[in-house]
Amino acid sequence: MTGKLFKDFSIFSAILILIILAAIFGILYVYASDAIHTFGFDFLTTSSWQPGEDDDGGVFGGYIPIVGTLLATAIAMIIAVPIAMGIAIFLTEVAFPVLIKPVSIAIELLAAIPSIIYGMWGLFYFAPIIQHTFGGSGVGLLTAGIVLAIMIVPFMSAITKDAMNTTPSVLKESAYAMGATKFEVIKDVIMPYSKTAIIGSVILALGRALGETMAVAFLIGSIMKLPSKITDPTTSIPVLLANNFSEAQDLELSSMFYLALILFAVSFIIISFAKFYFLGRRR
Amino acid sequence: MNKRFLINKIVLILSTVAATVGLIFLFWILGTLFMKGLATMNWSIFTNDLVDGGIRNLLVGQFMMAIIATVIAVPIGAMAGIYLREYSNNNKLAFFVRNLSDIMMSAPSIIIGVFVYAIYVDRVGHFAGWGGVIALAIMMLPIVVSTTDNMLSLVPKELREAGIALGGSKHKIIMQIIVKAAKVGLMTGILLSFARIIGETAPLLFTSANSQFLTFNLNDQFPSLTVSIYNLATYPDQASKDLAWAASFVLTVVVLIINLGGRYLTRNKHK
Repeated sequence: MTGKLFKDFSIFSAILILIILAAIFGILYVYASDAIHTFGFDFLTTSSWQPGEDDDGGVFGGYIPIVGTLLATAIAMIIAVPIAMGIAIFLTEVAFPVLIKPVSIAIELLAAIPSIIYGMWGLFYFAPIIQHTFGGSGVGLLTAGIVLAIMIVPFMSAITKDAMNTTPSVLKESAYAMGATKFEVIKDVIMPYSKTAIIGSVILALGRALGETMAVAFLIGSIMKLPSKITDPTTSIPVLLANNFSEAQDLELSSMFYLALILFAVSFIIISFAKFYFLGRRR
Repeated sequence: MNKRFLINKIVLILSTVAATVGLIFLFWILGTLFMKGLATMNWSIFTNDLVDGGIRNLLVGQFMMAIIATVIAVPIGAMAGIYLREYSNNNKLAFFVRNLSDIMMSAPSIIIGVFVYAIYVDRVGHFAGWGGVIALAIMMLPIVVSTTDNMLSLVPKELREAGIALGGSKHKIIMQIIVKAAKVGLMTGILLSFARIIGETAPLLFTSANSQFLTFNLNDQFPSLTVSIYNLATYPDQASKDLAWAASFVLTVVVLIINLGGRYLTRNKHK
């Protein structure tokens, strides 16, 4: 009898996960439906965010936060991918053995630091440097992108390093025995062997950067304006939600849910893609 | 020098430079955090609440929400993990649960906040601590599922067979043999996932919001360390900024200690 109860509870728990995930999609859609019916897909290309008279109606479009999210993520990925690959190569093939363990642990610990810490550091230490170098207010796309990059580097390099380490040493040793240089071993043995896992880790990091809220909230400027140059302040979907969600009402609130639904759907697709095509199905 | 060796040198130097740049930035962050944190730290912040310029109520609030979320998420997540590994025989349901739970683990945390706002805060009509607890529990659930699934897969098949040979019923074998064998790994997984939710800000912003006072009433707005850091850092006065640094320092030390503790547990296991 207890055995049956135990089993039923375990099945219920497993199904609960599916229910929660479905409920997230469902609830976001229900709350967003006002905005979806009013604006349809034009929402994606409308750049105005104007509440109507007496908070009634108004015109809302997601173009600016969507563009801001994509640009900040793009800057972060352009910076983070080479650095993370460099760190991973350094840790697997270049570093002295005594260095490998402490540096690896340090990187994994840095991946555990809450993102709000990165954001605050960026605001007080990094934004002034950007301001000094490029002028402007110091906060904006570039600052947000760079700090976002710093934040995802530990995560990306930890997974990439693990993937590179799975290359059997027999393969590497054979290549070295043939007279291959370290670079050739990396390019022709390690990379082909761990390619899919590395691409998977990059895509996972991309998903993480897209949805990152706190590190970006301090640094992107939170202004509903399209950036005309890379140092301009703008906003992103998570930042708009973080700052304006609690004051929004009616159609504006519904538009916020629409943005949340878009963000959730996009990251869902990106993460599933990374999982199924590159990281292999877990058994 | 041969061209091949030249390319090799260049690439290895570039990778060392990339690693150095990355590491410099990372240690720069930790360095300033510790310097700033130690400079602004002062024991009185642990005995005062936010309203008097301290963080006592914030620490209590943050820990209380994270601990209650853990109490909710661990049994459900662990049971789901047990289903996946021990009961499902890798059927279709297990395939969906396993992969969708992994995807949920990487979902943006602010989305969880928006979701809980809709299902809870909007219903009761005001921000409340339970909202924060639900949001953190939802964040933690998939991590616990995946940890349990992975840790149980490491338990050797012979232990299960020995249990069956002794005539134990399935749930007794699971609870008294398999889970016991995987205990250390499970503890580590729970510690690491606790470390992850204790530093979360985004899911709390519009669920539990924040409070200046010490409270244990989860039906009311609830104090949060991370939300307070976000607010304090953007206030213009220096005292608020200093408190934000001190609070960040405390938060980071807590997260790092829990992480190192988790590592220490598994290290002993392999010896």
